[in-house]
Order: sequence, then C-alpha cells, then structure tokens
Amino acid sequence: MTTSDRERQVLNRIERTRRRRPKVREERITLAHGAGGKATQTLVEAVFLEAFRNPVLEQLDDSAVLEIGPSRLALTTDSFVVTPLFFPGGDIGHLAINGTVNDLAVSGARPLYLTAGFIIEEGFPVADLIRIATSMREAADAADVHVVTGDTKVVQRGKGDGCYVTTAGVGVIEHDRRLGPSEVRPGDAVIVSGPIGDHGITIMLARGDLGIESDLVSDTASLHELAAALLDAAPGVRMMRDATRGGVATVLNEVARAAEVAVVVEEDAIPVRPEVRGAAELLGIDPLYVACEGRFVAVVDGAESDRAVEALRRHPLGARAAVIGRVGEAPAGLVLLKTAFGGTRICDVLVGDPLPRIC
Amino acid sequence: MRFVDEYRDAGQARALAAEIAALCEPGREYKFMEVCGGHTHTIYKHGIEDYLPESITLVHGPGCPVCVIPMGRVDDAIHIARQPGVLMTSFGDMMRVPGSGGNFFDANAEGTNIRMVYSPLDALKIAREQPDLQVVFMAIGFETTAPSTAMTVLRAAREGIDNFAVFCNHVTILPAIKAILDSPDLRLDGFLGPGHVSTVIGCAPYEFISGHYGKPLVVAGFEPLDVLQSIYLLMRQLKDGRSEVENQYTRVVPWQGNPTALRVIGEVMELRPYFEWRGLGFISHSALRLRAAYADFDAELRYELPDVRVADPKACQCGEVLKGVLKPWECKVFGTACTPETPIGTCMVSPEGACAAYYNFGRFTRQRVNAT
Repeated sequence: MTTSDRERQVLNRIERTRRRRPKVREERITLAHGAGGKATQTLVEAVFLEAFRNPVLEQLDDSAVLEIGPSRLALTTDSFVVTPLFFPGGDIGHLAINGTVNDLAVSGARPLYLTAGFIIEEGFPVADLIRIATSMREAADAADVHVVTGDTKVVQRGKGDGCYVTTAGVGVIEHDRRLGPSEVRPGDAVIVSGPIGDHGITIMLARGDLGIESDLVSDTASLHELAAALLDAAPGVRMMRDATRGGVATVLNEVARAAEVAVVVEEDAIPVRPEVRGAAELLGIDPLYVACEGRFVAVVDGAESDRAVEALRRHPLGARAAVIGRVGEAPAGLVLLKTAFGGTRICDVLVGDPLPRIC
Repeated sequence: MRFVDEYRDAGQARALAAEIAALCEPGREYKFMEVCGGHTHTIYKHGIEDYLPESITLVHGPGCPVCVIPMGRVDDAIHIARQPGVLMTSFGDMMRVPGSGGNFFDANAEGTNIRMVYSPLDALKIAREQPDLQVVFMAIGFETTAPSTAMTVLRAAREGIDNFAVFCNHVTILPAIKAILDSPDLRLDGFLGPGHVSTVIGCAPYEFISGHYGKPLVVAGFEPLDVLQSIYLLMRQLKDGRSEVENQYTRVVPWQGNPTALRVIGEVMELRPYFEWRGLGFISHSALRLRAAYADFDAELRYELPDVRVADPKACQCGEVLKGVLKPWECKVFGTACTPETPIGTCMVSPEGACAAYYNFGRFTRQRVNAT
C-alpha cells in the first residue's frame, strides 16, 4: 500500500468520526460553548435538539418556518451580551434589533414584529438604558419593524455584565421558495454581501487591550432590503445566512455539510478592508472567522451569479458584494480555500473563539 | 497590504518552485525540518506544499512553544490559579492546552480566574491597578518571548510591584535541535531555522549544526515566499555540496542577534539543570528559570507546587511527531480520538502545532501546482 493510499484511508476514518453523533464531554460550560464554533454546535445538538426534538427545530436554521393555515411565518430569537455595550458604529441596541431582523430576512421573510427582554444589573445608569432603547427605536424604524412586547428584570450587582438584551421576531414569507443550506448543489456560486470582519475587529479594538487605534466601525445594519433585492433578482437563490458568530467560514461549513458538497473559495475574491486585514494579521486570526453584523453569505444558481451581484451592488449596503467561490462535488462536506499565494487549504469550523497566536 | 502582499506573490512562487524542481536530483528524496511552529502554520495556511515536488518532504519540528509544555506544568499552573486571590494570566494559545484534569477554560468553569493577555506587561498593569489581586503570568516560549518576560520582571522590581509573579516555562531552542540530531530514528537533509528566535540569538549559534553535524540551515522568514526561498537555498547548498548557516530573513534577523535582549535574559534568568519537554522527555540545560536575585517574583517559590510529572497519554504520539519521525496523520489517534475539540496531545492544540495545522488546513488529497 502506498503512502497516499494509507493517507486516504486515515482521512476516510476521520470523516467517519466527524459524522458521529455529537456528545458534550465537558462537565461544565466553558466560554468555548458560546463562541459559535464546533463546541457551540455540539452543545446545541446534544442538549437542546435532544430535549426539544421536532421537525421544525431539526432544520437548525436562522429562523423556524411555520406553516399556519395558508400563511408561512418565520420566527426567531437571539440574545446579546456584547462588551463594550457602546462601540464605534453602534451599540447593543442596534445589534439586538438588526440581529433578529437579519435572521428573519435571510430566511426569506419580511420582518414584522419584535419582542425585547432586558436583564439589567443593579447600578446600571438609566441614561445608558435610554441610549440603548433609543438605538433600538432607530434600528427598528430603519428596518420597518415594531417592538410590540417586552420584559424587564434586574439582577444584583455583580450578577450581570451591565445589560443583556434578548429579542425575538416574527416575519411573513410571501413567496413559495424553499431556502436553506440543503438546497445548495454543485455549480452554484457563493456570494458575500460586503467586506467581512468589520464588526468583530471593531469590538476587539474597542476593548482597548491592544492599544491599536483605527477608524473602523461596526457593520451592524438591517439586511431586509438587501435580502429582498436578491430574492427578486435571482430566482435561483438557494440560501442566505448572516455571517455573525463564527464568521463566513462557519456559514460555508454548514453549507458544505448540509448539502454534501465541496465549497471552494478564492481568497483573492473575498472583500476585506485593509484595516481589518491588518489587525487580523497582527493578531494571527483569520477574517473568515470574524463576526459580521450586517453581511450575509448567499448561494445562488451559478448561471445567475452576475445578476445577483449586480442587484446587491445597487443597494448601498451591498456596494462591495462579490462572488467569492463555487460549489463543487468533491471533497464533499469540506470548505477549501484557494490561497492568494496559489496553494489550497481546508477552512474548517473553529473549536472556540479564535485565539491570538504567541509568535 | 504593504510588507505582506509582496511576500505572497503567486507569480514569484511559481518561478521559485520551478527553480527548486530543477535542483532535485532524480531518484533522491529530500527531508527538511522546519524547526519553528510559525513556519508549520505558514506552510499549511498558504498551501506551500502544493508548490513542492513530491521528492521534498517537510518535517515539522519542536519549535511550537505551546506544544512542548508537559501536562504537569499545566496542572501546576491550574494549582497556582486555585490559590485564593490569584489571577493567572497567559497567552491565548495556552488556554486550550490540556492538563491531566482539563485545560484553563475548564478550570475557569470550576472557579479559577485565568485570563488571556497579549503581553506580560499587560499582566503587570493588572497587578499595578488591582493591588488586592495576586497576578501570576505563566511565561511560555523560546528566546523570542523570554526578553519581554525578563523586561517585565525588571520593571516590576523597579516599581516594587510585589503582587506580581512569573511562572517561568521559557525554553531554549538549541538543546531541542541537538536532541533531534542525536535521535537515531531520524534522517534529515537540512533545517529551516527559526526566524523569530534568531532575531534574539542571531545566526552564529547554529554553526555546530552545519559544522559538526554537517546539515545546512537557513534562517527563514514567516511569509510564504520566505519559506519557499529558504527551501531553494537549502537545495542550492546540497547541490553545491555545501553545509552552511545562511540567513534568508535579513530584513529582520541581524547575524549577531540582539545583544540587549540577550543581556536582559541573562540578567533575570538562568538555565535550569533540566526541563521536561512534552514528547521529547527531559533535556538538560534546555529551559530558563528566574535567578535568585529575582526570587521574589518566582511563582515556583511563592506557591507550593505539586510538581507531579504526568506521563503523556499512552496513545499520544506527539513525541514522534515533534521529532518528525511521524507525519501527523500517521499517529494512531490523529483525527479520531485526538481532534482540535478534544486534543490528547498538545500538537493538536495550538494553531502552530503540526497536528492542528494539518487537521485544520491540510486534511485533503493535495494537488501539486504546476510550476512550469
């Protein structure tokens, strides 16, 4: 048996291991469980999916799609725990509205109504709370949604980090197309709606540990118009997903896994602002894994990719939309990156948060 | 981006790859070790192996600071972190390194306070601002990071910050390379020398490798073209029948190193008689500890350590991987029992570790770039 035969055997064994049912090995929750990578995925599947199992939840999409009488509704929820609460380009209030609106929008729904829950720490300045609520109002107006019910809890000092916000939202799906990663097939094109990583890098810099100054601002924005424009322009939209925690790479891995396809991405084609590239380079992290709060990844029929990108670029939020790659058949379940240098590598799901390298 | 893109040019890479291919003698196999984990990371991240002919194999060496930390030291660190009032700090890579009872994240879930910092000075700053805390910095790394630890100790001494201590795990690269060269199960044709370590120690200390052991060494930079050019320089030496120390990374590495940094290390630290390296075992004079004059800042003296040697898990073949005897995928548990989510060996933890780099970036059947 040659070396490459043996290597292939080992690789097949690994793929089988990866497809096994997830199991949480840790006895306690660690930060990695909240980072959006493999640990989060395992926790969700092993704990919550096991407990609540039903056909709607099993889709594990951004929103649940509910068929009620003649109408199709999308329902979603999201919690926000960002530090710092206020950062260049927005605050936790913008995130709380836009995050939920975007989960609805990328499911193909027109966002309608939101709920808002606040967990506030004793001693938190009322002025800051007003500022957060005002931001939520602004963001809701911009997204043409209404916050129609809510809840407030106060916890003892030291039992919370200032203010946490949870929103839920409902929207209506006014077409009969099926969207989702499992709709993706070989020959499709992969699109991002704009430069990636702005939000995550802005937050890291805003924490001030790094002593780097920059004009970078968060990309937090509501994507409902952009998503609608894409659906109008391209009948062959297979799926859209906002690239939040875990970044673009995590979304692409979900696609590769769900559709049993290979996603091949060109590093040169990915829009990244120079400030984001520079900061990521310094920290030894990859912008593909950095969170965005106003960008989505879409997969469309390969024949419609030009039309799709043109439609996105007509909207200010999509001005730098680009095709970043193609869907192929093999190796199924993997995301490959053609590096700018001319090599090829895997782009896997991260275990936890990207950690800065030592040297 | 300036100072980055010019070292990642695909056109130049193709030209270099063609020159490398032209230097290959038919029927001869070449094995080069990249000593430094940073090189391993670059090789996989950019797909450099796609440019190399099949007769050239890159062997991933021991220069990943996280990968060589034995489990017992992680346990010791967690033990210190469990003491009342202690805030333990370390570099991000350390957070996921498994001890015998879990990593730092697991320890935090059970109540310790272990935080990631970007520099030892950040740890000192916390100590200055929060005098009620006992701040301990777990120092890891080769000669690259030792000067910043030493400078921090000097500053703590000057400012009289007594709620600060260092848990010193600095190691030195030369004894590890020597251990590998003396290992009977290894045949290497040359080395890519560690670029960042060399900014401190310079190039002359490697001369025993090219002289006594007769293996060429090229001190290499960390951008992909640096690595390719260094491989070219090694191939050139072999073709010419030379065995020398060459410096490819001249834009950063001075031949004589950084005498100021060396002086600071020497002032604050001294060689330990021996130190355990994960996978390689005990290597004499291969690590640093604080000198007696700075004993007040030495966490090993301030806290009573269990200092228990924890044997590597039986299934783990990190040692063979670190020595380059096995390719990551040849390890019995690679990718099945040992994955980045549940690492058994440290090579799977740091993105610089050979196994993690291979698992995350390289785990598919490679296609060579046509260099011509």
